[in-house]
Amino acid sequence: MNAGLHPVSRVAATAALLIVVAAALSSQTAQPPALSLLSREGRRAVPLALVNDQEFVALDDLAGAFQLTVREESLGAVTVSYKGKTIVLTPDQALASVGGRLVSLPAPPSRNGRRWLVPVEFISRALSLVYDTKLELRKPSHLLIVGDMRVPRVTVRYDALGAAGRLTLDATPRAPATVTQENEHLTIKFDADALDVPAVPLPSPPSTGLILGVRNVDATTMAVDLGPRFAGFRAANQPVDATMRLVIDLVAAQTDAPATAPPSPAPPQPTPPPDLPPSFGQTASAFRTIAIDPGHGGDDEGVKIPDGAKEKDLTLAIARRFKGAIEARLGLRVLLTRDDDRSVPVDERTSVANNNKADLFVSLHVNGSMRPGTQGASVYIAAFDRDAAQAAANHGERVPTFGGGSREIELVPWDLAQTRHLDQSSAFADMLEAALRGHVPLAAKPVDRAPLRVLESANMPAILVEMGYLTNPEQAKTIPSDAFQNAVVQALFEAVVKYRDTWSPGGTH
Amino acid sequence: MARRAAIAGTITAILFLAVLVFLAKRGPASARPSTPVAATGASPAAPPLPGRKIKARLFYVADDGGRLTSVERDVAYGEGVEAQAREIIAAQIAQAAEPLVSAIPRGTTLRAVFITKSGDAYVDLSREAKNAHPGGTINELLTVYTIVNALTANLPAVTAVQLLVDGKEVDTLAGHVDLRRPLAKNLTWVQ
Repeated sequence: MNAGLHPVSRVAATAALLIVVAAALSSQTAQPPALSLLSREGRRAVPLALVNDQEFVALDDLAGAFQLTVREESLGAVTVSYKGKTIVLTPDQALASVGGRLVSLPAPPSRNGRRWLVPVEFISRALSLVYDTKLELRKPSHLLIVGDMRVPRVTVRYDALGAAGRLTLDATPRAPATVTQENEHLTIKFDADALDVPAVPLPSPPSTGLILGVRNVDATTMAVDLGPRFAGFRAANQPVDATMRLVIDLVAAQTDAPATAPPSPAPPQPTPPPDLPPSFGQTASAFRTIAIDPGHGGDDEGVKIPDGAKEKDLTLAIARRFKGAIEARLGLRVLLTRDDDRSVPVDERTSVANNNKADLFVSLHVNGSMRPGTQGASVYIAAFDRDAAQAAANHGERVPTFGGGSREIELVPWDLAQTRHLDQSSAFADMLEAALRGHVPLAAKPVDRAPLRVLESANMPAILVEMGYLTNPEQAKTIPSDAFQNAVVQALFEAVVKYRDTWSPGGTH
Repeated sequence: MARRAAIAGTITAILFLAVLVFLAKRGPASARPSTPVAATGASPAAPPLPGRKIKARLFYVADDGGRLTSVERDVAYGEGVEAQAREIIAAQIAQAAEPLVSAIPRGTTLRAVFITKSGDAYVDLSREAKNAHPGGTINELLTVYTIVNALTANLPAVTAVQLLVDGKEVDTLAGHVDLRRPLAKNLTWVQ
């Protein structure tokens, strides 16, 4: 793949550390940082020069790294050749001719003594068109990736959640990570070839005593230094578009002393509904994670009424209240399938729950009817026809095992994952119906079964709740109100508490 | 006079024989034009006799808005299951006269109906079925089961129905009901 990179390979042995530390270099010298070339063979640095605030690279250095031939023609033009393909540069012109095709450059080539300098963009705009291996220039990171390497850009964020805390590491493109605790730090190992991460991943570590900082360890590993108040953690990978989001929830040890510093900025949390039961704290239950799915979003507005509320906005508002109540009062982990006004494919909604091993999936919706008098909340669980249920039950397959032999594993089609959880879904639906009954109007048949797309793939107990009818003039006024939304959240909260208290890992009640 | 009577008798006999031959070719279903069609497979469509009707159960939104209600209506006769299915769906998606309320989005038209040998019907509706859908789980369930039940309740040869929109498979009409496979008759959505 990198046949033209022998010079790179010669320095491979000395380039064990692939993490890009361009930012640190930049702070140490007035010179621009070097450009880091990353390939399978290792890493090498190519010097950069600043000319009129533009970053330039010497053609000689590129020639050495990429086996290019650079020649100055009699008319002043400079040709750069690679395997019979030619790039022509003309002094004083911010252009390059690549096989007869003109590409623009941010500045003309510049001569420095006997060396020709070209803007660093020459690599991505011109050289990449003739080179036979993929070249990806990440200018902000001063990184040039040669070949198909997995080098996710990693950003780190810390949010204080009361006494607890949450570290969020976004890796783009997606690269899942594993987290292990080793003495007084957490080790985060990414499934990647290298990382594109600032030299100081978390410039302002919180002073809450949970963590002391985040640092780079080696090419694909980071570490979180733990503080004296750290008591435990939970970690999960969650795909979000092209990003793999690693969420590490940090649990604080019980202490009488309050945190000495104010919490760092946290995502806005809605006011918890009034009259919540007393805090339940952590329990021995292994019930940990709830996925909340605010229905619709983006172009899909759901039910809407002229000059009135839209279902997509109501479901998101109630989901945020529900999340706030669960996190603040139960300390459970809550995943939202969307936290803004965007369209989310149905399969992605259940992916969030399945991939994070959620223990419960709650999809929030607002109903609509052709009859304006129809009103009341209803709870749905998935319905499957007999053939589908049998298909789900008959998906066993034998696979070879290490050391010989084989064993049977259970395979359930994605579309039929919910078939294994219908009893528990039904149990939670009944609990939610009972809880809703005391707070909001109920539909004529408050619990029902239907072939609902978003529930079928959920590999955990799952329900869809229609909280009321926007097409009912009276409910169209009340559903957007704080009082109604708090009442729904109160009912959801009570049902979750009851369900959690009867939950067991085996799924029986 | 006797000659005119003989001619009239001959013409009557010829007409009678023609009717007998016609009925013999059409089979028993055509002999009971007011009963639901129970054809056993797709057959080439033929133009129906003008004005010929069958009785069919059609479905509309019940007064409570949460279920369907069924009414018996005269529907144009169709030759063969597919032709009859087209007539039933055409009647079902036509604008409902008050006080009936249809669960089919306004402007929806029928593009085609196909029926497999195994009894799965594919009903291809125009894009209004999706684009003009008012949303809501109940609305969508009632839209879907209006079509599913209209065919499965009236045509025993049809056991399940899959909705297509604009000639293509769709996941859902409004984000809720799974339309990726044929749905069987479900009268729990009917009062």
